[in-house]
Amino acid sequence: MSSITPADVEVGAKGGGGAPGRPGRVSLGGLSLNLRSSGIYIAFALIIVLFSVLTDGALLQPQNISNIIVQNSYILILAIGMILIIIAGHIDLSVGSVVAVTGGLSAVLMVNMGMPWPVALLITIAAGALIGAWQGYWIAYFGIPAFIVTLAGMLLFRALTLTVLGNQGIGPFPDQVRTLANGFTDGWLGNIGLGPLGGADLFSLLVGIVAIAGMVLAQWRSRSARKGYGQAVDPLALFVLKMAAGAALILFLVVQLARFKNLPWVLVLLAVLVLAYSLMANRTVFGRQVYAIGGNLHAAVMSGVKVKSVVFWIFVNMGVLSAIAGVIFAGRLNQAGPTAGNSFELDAIAAAFIGGAAVQGGVGKVVGAITGGLIMAVINNGMSLIGSPSERVMLVKGAVLLAAVAFDVWTKRRAGTAR
Amino acid sequence: MTEHILRMSGITKTFPGVKALQDVNLAVRRGEIHAICGENGAGKSTLMKVLSGVYPHGQYDGEITFEGRRCEFGGIRDSEHAGIVIIHQELALCPQLSIAENIYLGNERAARGVIDWNRTNYEAGELLKRVGLRENPTTTVSDIGVGKQQLVEIAKALSKEVKLLILDEPTAALNDEDSAHLLDLLRGLRDEGITCVIISHKLNEVIAIADSVTILRDGQTIETLDMAVDGVTEDRIISGMVGRALDNRFPPRTPAIGEEAFRIEDWTVYSPSQPGRKVVDGASLTLRRGEIVGLAGLMGAGRTELAMSVFGRTYGVHISGSIFKDGRPIEIRTVQDAIKHGVAYATEDRKRYGLNLIEDIKRNISAAWLKGLSRRGWVNEYEEYRVAQQFRASMNIKAPSVDSVVGKLSGGNQQKVVLSKWILTEPDVLILDEPTRGIDVGAKYEIYTIINRLAEQGKAVLVISSELPELLGLCDRIYTLSEGRVTGEVPREEATQERLMYFMTKGQE
Repeated sequence: MSSITPADVEVGAKGGGGAPGRPGRVSLGGLSLNLRSSGIYIAFALIIVLFSVLTDGALLQPQNISNIIVQNSYILILAIGMILIIIAGHIDLSVGSVVAVTGGLSAVLMVNMGMPWPVALLITIAAGALIGAWQGYWIAYFGIPAFIVTLAGMLLFRALTLTVLGNQGIGPFPDQVRTLANGFTDGWLGNIGLGPLGGADLFSLLVGIVAIAGMVLAQWRSRSARKGYGQAVDPLALFVLKMAAGAALILFLVVQLARFKNLPWVLVLLAVLVLAYSLMANRTVFGRQVYAIGGNLHAAVMSGVKVKSVVFWIFVNMGVLSAIAGVIFAGRLNQAGPTAGNSFELDAIAAAFIGGAAVQGGVGKVVGAITGGLIMAVINNGMSLIGSPSERVMLVKGAVLLAAVAFDVWTKRRAGTAR
Repeated sequence: MTEHILRMSGITKTFPGVKALQDVNLAVRRGEIHAICGENGAGKSTLMKVLSGVYPHGQYDGEITFEGRRCEFGGIRDSEHAGIVIIHQELALCPQLSIAENIYLGNERAARGVIDWNRTNYEAGELLKRVGLRENPTTTVSDIGVGKQQLVEIAKALSKEVKLLILDEPTAALNDEDSAHLLDLLRGLRDEGITCVIISHKLNEVIAIADSVTILRDGQTIETLDMAVDGVTEDRIISGMVGRALDNRFPPRTPAIGEEAFRIEDWTVYSPSQPGRKVVDGASLTLRRGEIVGLAGLMGAGRTELAMSVFGRTYGVHISGSIFKDGRPIEIRTVQDAIKHGVAYATEDRKRYGLNLIEDIKRNISAAWLKGLSRRGWVNEYEEYRVAQQFRASMNIKAPSVDSVVGKLSGGNQQKVVLSKWILTEPDVLILDEPTRGIDVGAKYEIYTIINRLAEQGKAVLVISSELPELLGLCDRIYTLSEGRVTGEVPREEATQERLMYFMTKGQE
């Protein structure tokens, strides 16, 4: 508890000092301007509130939060790769089958051949990269639309799965792999009492606090640098508000998880992936080129972007992420099965579009895709908690997807007529 | 008193935050050719969209009277039913369908839902004769040129029993020959009793063809001139459009020409779509430091193809010839090579090849120079912002900030973003393809100033343009291209429109 206070005090102090001037107008303008991009986060918050009420708070119970993350981690990992592909104006329908075939391969290597699990994991990831390279070659260098190539891939790799597995499930997996997929960090530093909230894992809490400190520091430095270059920044009050909201969110998540069973390993993995890929998308030349290709392919070519190579590599990347998701999924079930990953591609694509990707490409964010995936996860979880039948869950998810894209199209059209 | 076929009075149309039209009046006499002139953004296209029902009744204020009746069009169908047909700048033909199918699209010659192909093709043939297009009605539209496609659009309008034909920039994409043919056709239609409204940037055409001209500026009617009575000249129209007398359309410049900077020799390019056809045939050009060189040629002469094939082989197959930079031979196999060697190409089609319209200004400006703004693959966003700010100031890009989306800028400002993007790559050689296409008079002057500034900095500039007065006003030397071959090289002092046209049409017999 004592470690939390400094951040709080600091936040309070900044808020007190930064109030003067005319922050109201600017922040209001900023908020209304960003409605299109922030709509998804508002919707996510509303959905959480809705299901918290409907489930009498069960949604946000420590164990349930942990479940939501662990049960959907592989979809979220796929969504990270998928959003890049969709930003570039392509699509990948094969990821479900690639999850199955890589999961199957890892099972054969680890279980049947008894290979050490780290070696088997590396080989599986390399196989994923190879699959991505195969599809990337046909799409980028041969010029076949991704829809067709990956539709074929969906069949090809499902067939390969059945061949590899000999049409039966293979398991059980080594403990380490199961821990990665399904387990939690060890309570290295023991538990700490949080008053009425009961005991919680100190290590998890420390990780959370470090994460918050890192976020605030990075954002503050970026803000100062922007100001140094004469760039417009959020007024201080709004900045503090955003940081406080972000910190509160992380803190809540970590405290709840620490009260249950420490941090799930997949959450650690996901956090690293989201951070790395967000930075990659926004701050690297490669990331910029992905947006450029999706925004206007011809202009990208004429600006010296090596379009073929970029498209090739985002499919290789998708293959790698599919392999990681494949191992995690198989490890979680403790068995690689022939039907693994069925319709995962649809969930990943839906996550990307709910998360604000544009159908024509050029638009989208990694964090958006994750949020889109979480929206579906919360709907799934919340509706099953209140005992809705699966057909109704499907109905709601379909409606949400349609509504999200309709909202996107609508805002774009309004922006268009305002010209 | 002459009878007015159309009267639009007190038209006001507002978009959120913008008054696009304010109390605009337009009166068109029956059987005349009426031109509408104005800078980009003056409201010409908006006015025509109000008239044709794209913005239906209720979305604007004011009254439309057509053929003596008050009209309240709910959509394009209503206005077409009344006999008003609009032909947009971007042609609305389906490239994969035949001419006849396009003409009767949405208006099929059918009995009980089954199309009568004989009747379709026969009647289409009759219409083609009327517009003077010698093509088979069953020819696929993508197989004929833009000039002929324009005629198909007009034939389509005639099939709808048009009384008032509106043409938005009909000759923008046409070469002089096709333009002349089109203007003749419009005169013919006028004699048949069809009234025409024509929106055009080409003032010489307006002078040549129009009976009266209405000038819009900033969403308001400035004046309507009767060509026969008022003795209208181009300068007269321009001063109405810009609200000031335009003494000099080109900024002054004293050329300081240095050493040879760039030379291509015996450059030959084959068409990727028609095997064996030479699009550029043994062309040789030399550009010197500080020099502005023009490249003139009719549509299809191979100007853009020449430029793009030089710029990293982005057009054409079986390219042969040599390129010299500062006297030394270089290889440009990709766009990356071109950028590395200090060669930049600003495209004629900025929306298609030049800009990412959904992205903001700063990321468009940095798009071709991310390497220079990054270290080990990481983009320095602050530097990117600073550079973009610099260009916004120095190029006078009118936008709220460099975070504004490029698609929402006017044509002139978009062009400035394209130029900024290429100037950022620190080129020694700039190829500017139609740098002032589709932008208004005021912005053109700014672009010319920028081009002059580039030459002053010692860069070699090649300007490709369809507007001969532009080349004459801007360039130190002008090459002419005809059927892929360089047919002439004319220094500034000897250059006249007639002389250039002579070379541009050479060998086309």
